Amino acid sequence: MRGNPEAHTLLAPGTLAGVLALLADEPGKWTPIAGGTELMVAHAAGRLTASNLVSLWGIPDLRFIEMTAQSIAIGAAATFRDVRACAAIVSDFPLLAQSAAWIGSIANQSRATVGGNLVNGSPAADSSPVLLAYDADIELVSVRGTRRIAYRDFHTGYKRNALAPDELLYAVYLPRRFAQHRQYVRKVGTRRAMAISKVALAATALIETDRIQEVRLAAASLAAFPTRLYRAEDSLLGRPIDPESIQAARAALLAEILPIDDIRSTAEYRKCVAANLLHEFLNSLLRPAASR
Amino acid sequence: MKARAKNRIVGSPVPRKEGIDKLLGKARYIDDLEREGMWHGATVRSSIPRGLIRSIDFDPLIDWSEFAIVTAADIPGKNHVQLIFADQPCLADGRTNHCDEAIVLLAHPDKHKLREAVDAIRIEYEPLPPVFTIEESERQDTIIWGEDNLLKSFLLQKGDVDSAWAGAAHVIEGDYRTGAQEHLYIENNGAIAEYSAEWGVIVWGSLQCPFYVHKSLMAIFDLPEDKVRVIQTETGGAFGGKEDFPSTLCAHAALLAMKSGHAVKIVYDRMEDLAATTKRHPSRVRHRTALDATGKLLAMDIEVATDGGAYCTLSSTVLSRATLHSPGPYVCPNVRVRSRAWATNTVPYGAFRGFGAPQAIFAIERHMDEIAGAIGMDPIELRRRNFLHDGDTTATEQVMREPVILDQLLDRALAESDYHVRHGRFAADNPNNPVKRGLGIAAFYHGSGFTGSGERYLNSLAGLDVTVDDKVRVLVSSTEFGQGTNTILTQIAAESIGIDYADVLMAPPDTSIVPNSGPTVASRTSMVVGRLIERAGSQLVAMLREHAGLDEHYTRDQFFAACATYRAAHGEVVSMCRYEAPPNIFWDDQTYRGEAYPAFAWSVHVAQVAVDTVTYSTEVEEFWSVQEVGRVLHPVLAGGQIEGGIAQAIGYALYEKVVWQNGHMANNQMTNYIMPTAQDVPPIHVYFEEIPFDHGAFGAKGIGELPHDGPAPAILNAIKDATGISFNTIPLLPEDLFAKLSVTQPIEEPASV
Amino acid sequence: MSETRSTIRLTVNGIDREVCVPPMRRLLDVLREDLHLTGTKEGCGEGECGSCSVRMNGELVNSCLVPALQAQCAQIQTVEGLAGECAMHPLQEAFLACGGAQCGICTPGMLMAAAHLLANNPRPTIGEIREGLAGNLCRCTGFVRIFESVIAAASQSEHTSHAR
Repeated sequence: MRGNPEAHTLLAPGTLAGVLALLADEPGKWTPIAGGTELMVAHAAGRLTASNLVSLWGIPDLRFIEMTAQSIAIGAAATFRDVRACAAIVSDFPLLAQSAAWIGSIANQSRATVGGNLVNGSPAADSSPVLLAYDADIELVSVRGTRRIAYRDFHTGYKRNALAPDELLYAVYLPRRFAQHRQYVRKVGTRRAMAISKVALAATALIETDRIQEVRLAAASLAAFPTRLYRAEDSLLGRPIDPESIQAARAALLAEILPIDDIRSTAEYRKCVAANLLHEFLNSLLRPAASR
Repeated sequence: MKARAKNRIVGSPVPRKEGIDKLLGKARYIDDLEREGMWHGATVRSSIPRGLIRSIDFDPLIDWSEFAIVTAADIPGKNHVQLIFADQPCLADGRTNHCDEAIVLLAHPDKHKLREAVDAIRIEYEPLPPVFTIEESERQDTIIWGEDNLLKSFLLQKGDVDSAWAGAAHVIEGDYRTGAQEHLYIENNGAIAEYSAEWGVIVWGSLQCPFYVHKSLMAIFDLPEDKVRVIQTETGGAFGGKEDFPSTLCAHAALLAMKSGHAVKIVYDRMEDLAATTKRHPSRVRHRTALDATGKLLAMDIEVATDGGAYCTLSSTVLSRATLHSPGPYVCPNVRVRSRAWATNTVPYGAFRGFGAPQAIFAIERHMDEIAGAIGMDPIELRRRNFLHDGDTTATEQVMREPVILDQLLDRALAESDYHVRHGRFAADNPNNPVKRGLGIAAFYHGSGFTGSGERYLNSLAGLDVTVDDKVRVLVSSTEFGQGTNTILTQIAAESIGIDYADVLMAPPDTSIVPNSGPTVASRTSMVVGRLIERAGSQLVAMLREHAGLDEHYTRDQFFAACATYRAAHGEVVSMCRYEAPPNIFWDDQTYRGEAYPAFAWSVHVAQVAVDTVTYSTEVEEFWSVQEVGRVLHPVLAGGQIEGGIAQAIGYALYEKVVWQNGHMANNQMTNYIMPTAQDVPPIHVYFEEIPFDHGAFGAKGIGELPHDGPAPAILNAIKDATGISFNTIPLLPEDLFAKLSVTQPIEEPASV
Repeated sequence: MSETRSTIRLTVNGIDREVCVPPMRRLLDVLREDLHLTGTKEGCGEGECGSCSVRMNGELVNSCLVPALQAQCAQIQTVEGLAGECAMHPLQEAFLACGGAQCGICTPGMLMAAAHLLANNPRPTIGEIREGLAGNLCRCTGFVRIFESVIAAASQSEHTSHAR
C-alpha cells in the first residue's frame, strides 16, 4: 500500500443532487469515485493524484436499468453485474452482456460501473466497443441541467472526454433496434480472464439483399481511446461481402488505426489481429444468421 | 493389539496437517503478526543498473529524526549475504550492480509515512556501462563481475564427441532459449526482526531455509550461533523464491531493529517483490547431435549458458543441475556439456522449482522433435530408440541400478491420451479449421536431492522427540510452504513408530528448537529427510524396547507409557539420525563423473494445444502426465504437486514474460505479469507408476520439481505439430507466433457469396 | 492533507463493529488491522489476485479496492465467518478432503469466491466454477483440486438439503 489514506478526503453525499452541488461548488476540485476498481488501484500504487473524492457508490438515482419500448437506459453507477443480470440486455444487446462478463472477474464486476468504464477512458475499456457498435447515447448531468450526446463523441483524446468539470455521466441509452442486425464482438486479451484487451472489435451490421445496408465497427486498444472505424465502415456500406470488399475493408481499417507498442503487445500484432477479427466478422456474415 | 499392522498411514490421503488452520483463516502468515511497539521498514533502491554511488541526500522537508536509517556503514559484521560466494552485499556500498538493489533502509512507527520518505531520499550516481544479456556478458567487452563475467563453468565429458561427427548419418543443430520467470507466490516476501545486545537477533519470516538465514545473520551481525534465532512463519508459497532471498530481507529487518530499538516488520508490496527479488535464470542451450542411420544417438555436444544476474547467489548450483539434465533421459556413448553462468546487471536470478532442469529439458526435448523432423522419424519412435534402461550409463557414467521404465510411462501416456486417434483426427480437421490442433510429448527425469556429493556435505540431522503430553514431535528444519512437508513427515513418523497420524506433530520451525535437516529444496524432503524420520522412528522404537521394556507388539498407550518409563529413567525421549549416503555412491566434483543423484524421478507428458490463426494465441486444451516417483506417500498431495507444477510450467511456456527496461522489471504488477487463471488451466490428468526406492522414506523419491520440467517442450512440440512451425524460445507469446505464422499462413480463407 | 476521519459502522460476520478511520482507508486494512481479522489476505493490492475477497452485502468484492466509507452500514462476511459454531462450512470440509488448499494464502479469498458462487448457483458447471474463481489466483494447485473441492461441496450441500 503506497498511498496514504490520510492524504485524501472522501465524501459520500448519498444523493445525486448532493454530488452535483458539490461538483458545482468548486468545479474541478472533486473527483468522483464509484466502484473504485480503477482509482483504488492507483491509490495502492501511490499514483492517486486526486486529493478530494466524492463517492457515487450507493446512490440509487445513478444505479438503475430502465426499459422503454425504444431503448434501455443504464444508470452510470449500474455495475457490470447489474448489466449481466438484466434479461433485456442479455436478449437485446448480447454483445454488452458478453463484454460485461469480460470485465475483470466476478469481484470486479460487482463493483465496476458502466459509467466508470467510460469516464476512465482507457483505450482498452471492455464495454466501449460494444456501446459504440450499438450507437449508444449518453446523458450528462450537472446543476445546470442535462444534455444528451452520442457516445461516439464522448472521448476527445487519451483519457480526455466531453465532461465539463461540474458534470457527471448520468446514463447510457441503447436504442432497441438491433434485432435484425448481425452482431459480433471478440476480445483478444493477455489470457482468458482477468485480462486487459490487446485488441477488441465489436460490430453490428444490417444485411439486406446480400448487401451491407448499415454497419458499425468499433475497437479497443487500437487508438488513444475507444473508437469507431469509420473508414472501414464506409468501405463496406452498400457492398456485398466478397473477397474484394473484405480486402478493401481490411485495408481501410489498417489505414485508420494507430495502435502502439506497449508492455502488453506490439502495434504490428494489434494491426494484423484487428484486421483478422474484421475478416472473421465479415466471413461470419456469409453464413446464415443464427436463429435467436 | 498390533499397532503397526493397523496403521497404513503412508500412502493414504490423511488431512493436511495444518489444513484446518488455513481453511479457517487462522493460519498466521508474516503480515498477520505484530510485535509490541513494532515499527515498519522500507527500502530505498537503486534506480540505475550499474554505477558508483556518489551521494545520498535526505530532503530536509522530512523530519528524519522520526526515522531509523540504515546504510552499509551500520552493518556490524560482514556486508555480504552468505550463500556460495561472498559477492553480494547486504546493502550496496559505494556502487550498485543492478536496478532495485537495496541501498538505504528506513523504519518508522507509521507505515504510511514510509513511502514519502523513500521518495525523499535522492541518490546521485556516476553511471557505468551495464551488461544485460548472456551475449553481452560473454563478449567480455565490459567486465562487471570478477575478471571475466563468468560466475561458474562446468565441463562434462563422456567418450569422444569430436570423433563422432565424421561417421554420422545425421548431424542436427539447434539453439533454444528460455526467459526469466517470476515465482509469483501469492504471499510476498516479509520478515519481522527484534534485536537486543543481550540475546542477539530473532527473526520471523516467510522462508524456506531457516538455517540459510541463520548462517547469513551470524556473519552480518558478527554473532555466535546461539545469538541468532530464525523462525519460519506460515509461508504462502515459495517455489524456490524464498530459498535465498530471505537471507537478505531478514538481515534488513534485523538491521533496522538494531538501529531503531524496536521490532521491525518489512513486508514487500507486490510491485517491490516483483522488481527486487529473484527469478528463474534465463538460458540459451545449443545442441549439436550426431545420429546413425537408424536414429540412434552417436554424440551430443551441448553448450549451456545461463544469465545469473548481478551476483552469484545460487547460479553455480543451478548451472550444475542444468548441466546434468541437459542430455535428457537418453543413452549416448559420446557426450560433452560445456556450461557457463554469466553475470549481468539485473536482479540476481535464484532458485526456482526445477533449478536449471526446466531450461535444459526444454532444450533437449524440443531438440528431439527437431531431430525427428530432420531425419523423417516419428518423435515418439526416436525417443524410444534412445531411452535409458536399467544397466545403461548416463552422461556422467552413472549406471542405472534402479528400474527405468520410460517405455512403460510413454506407453501409458499414449494410451491415456488416446494419442494416435486424436492425432489422426487433428490431421484431418486442421486444414479446414482456423484453429489448428496438435499433440506434443516430452520425456525426462529429475534428479532427487542435492547433486553429486551435496547431500554428504549437508550432513543433515533430523529426528523425533516425545513430549510429556504424549505427542511425538518431528524435529526438522524442513519447512512447509504448501507442498506438504508437515503432512508427509508426520505420516512417515506415525508409520515408522506405529502410532496414529494425530499423535505426531511438527516441532516449530525455529532454529533454537530444531536441528539442521538441510534446506527445503531440490526435491529432497520426502526422500532424504523423510528417510531420516523413518529411521529415527525405528530407532526410537528399538530404544524403548531396549531401555523401557516396550514389547514387540504394542498399542499407542503402551508406546507412550514406555516413553514415560524411559523419561523417568534417562531423561528426554529423543531419537536423532544423521544422513547416510546410499551404498556405492561415488561422485567426482572435478571431472563431473559418477552418481549425479542418488535417485531419479521419471515422467512423460502429453500436451494438446489449439493454435488460433486469427489471434495467434495458443490454448493448452488438455494435459496428461505419467510419472514414476517411487512410492507415493500421499496421493492427494502428490497429485496436487504434479498439477500445480504443470500449471506453473504452462505459464512459463505461454504467458509469463518479464519485460525489462534498462535492467528494471517494467511489468512489475500482477495485472501485467500474466500467470494462468482458473480459466486458462486445462484439465490435467495425472497417473503414477510406483516403484519403491530402497533408500527413500518408505520408497519415496523426489516429486516437487519434476512436473515443471516437461510442459514447456511438450507444448511447443504440440504447436509444431499443429502448425508445422518450430518455435525454440519461451515464453512463446501470441506476438511471437504472429511474427512467424502471419508470414507463412495467412488466414485468408476464400470468401464467396 | 486532511485529518478527517469517518466513523464507519459495519457488520462483520454478524457482529456490529465501529471504526473511526480515514474514509479512503481500504476495507482490507479495516478488517486486518482495525478489527484484527487477518484471515483476509493481501496478495497484490490491485484487485488482481482475489486474496482479499470478501462478501459485502451479498456481493463478492476485492476488499483492497473498497474505500472504508463505501462499506458504511455494510454486511461483510470474511473467511472467519464461514464456519458454523460446531462444524466447518461444506466448502472448508471439501477443500480439506480434496487438497484444495496447499500454501493456504489464496485459500480465504478462494473460499469466499466459491461460497459466493454456490450461494447464487448451487450446482455450477465446471465452466461456471472456472468463471466464478477466475479472479482468485492460486499458484500452488493448478486449480484442479480447487474445482474438485467446489464440486464436492456442491454435491454435499445438495445431499444435505435433500435430507432436510
